[in-house]
Amino acid sequence: MRRAVLTGTVTVAGVVLLLSLKPHGSASAQSAPVIASDSERTAASGPSAAPSPSAGSTTAPAKAGTRTVTGNAVDTRYGPVQVRITLSGSRITKAEVLQYPSESRHDLEINQYALPQLNQEAISAQSAQIDSVSGATYTSQGYQRSLQSALDQAAH
Amino acid sequence: MLRHAEPVMGTVFSFAVRDATLADLAPALAELHRLDGIFSTYRPQSDISRLARGELELGQCDPLVAEVLDHCTAVGRETDGYFSARAAGALDPSGWVKGWAVERASRLLTQAGFTHHNVTGGGDVQCTGEPTPGRPWRIGIADPARTGQLAAVVTGRHLAVATSGTAERGPHILDPHTGRPPVGALSLTLVGERLARTDACATAAFAMGPHRALHWAEHRPDVEALVILDDGTRLATPGLGRYLAPGPAGQD
Repeated sequence: MRRAVLTGTVTVAGVVLLLSLKPHGSASAQSAPVIASDSERTAASGPSAAPSPSAGSTTAPAKAGTRTVTGNAVDTRYGPVQVRITLSGSRITKAEVLQYPSESRHDLEINQYALPQLNQEAISAQSAQIDSVSGATYTSQGYQRSLQSALDQAAH
Repeated sequence: MLRHAEPVMGTVFSFAVRDATLADLAPALAELHRLDGIFSTYRPQSDISRLARGELELGQCDPLVAEVLDHCTAVGRETDGYFSARAAGALDPSGWVKGWAVERASRLLTQAGFTHHNVTGGGDVQCTGEPTPGRPWRIGIADPARTGQLAAVVTGRHLAVATSGTAERGPHILDPHTGRPPVGALSLTLVGERLARTDACATAAFAMGPHRALHWAEHRPDVEALVILDDGTRLATPGLGRYLAPGPAGQD
């Protein structure tokens, strides 16, 4: 099972969470995303950092000052987001994303599709000893500017 | 190695054919010009233009027209409706025709015994065999974020490589669902084995937007994808790795 770690930050209802995301297995793309939490994050400003009170949070009684708070689903420009956090006193010990919109998968996917073998540097066409070029060259004018045109001329 | 560049279909088709003379290309070149005569949307008297104007019924057109429209419908089904011969409203199967024409030219060369060749049409590549004994073909994928440079080099002995993007003509590929151009990527390249389907699927996948496209391609056994985002970041399906030339610059 591949495992990617999302290092970007996600702002949800004022809480900045560092999430560890577990992507889908290679055989089940459409399965529900499983999102585990990063623990030991300290809330920036105590209880007020919990999901907005107007979101109708619920509090579960728990041992020794530990409680979980589930925020209502909040509509964002990308779709609904819903989080559940566990607090020990004023400290967030666990954060779970129950719902997130597909577009917030963006950072996850950047990790998932970042091929180690795929260099992010430019490759000089001259040094790469290529036989032909694939590129978005649709017209004969585009061809005149294309690497393919240079290759064809070099061969003559 | 015979190299030849043929202006046709509004672009240029490039041939690299081992152990051939220009005369050996004649049947393939004739086929490209014949297909242009049937399918050009820029020629008022082409079958496709007359069909679009209602001057011809489908049954009166060259039989290839019905075949092509069937292929367009099939690709639309395979790509969640992101491909259509009427993406912009008017009948225009060009998204299928160019790659299909390259593949047909390649097949004519193979049938004539020229089993080591590379045909590239408007930036879409079909190659088979080896340019020199023991060496696979090396296909550069243009980097739309850095003009004149490559983003990757893929290599193989039977490859189809198709790239869709905004580099040359701006945002001209439309999402058939919204009628608007997709956002987020400069280009999308699919690597497969047969160019007709690979090229049409590249057009569809570009219309999906980069993230849906990567998910879509990851679950297709016959294609791998390379996407270059607006900021130049390169992303690829995990299976693309088997096509990438070794070494960071493809030259180790």
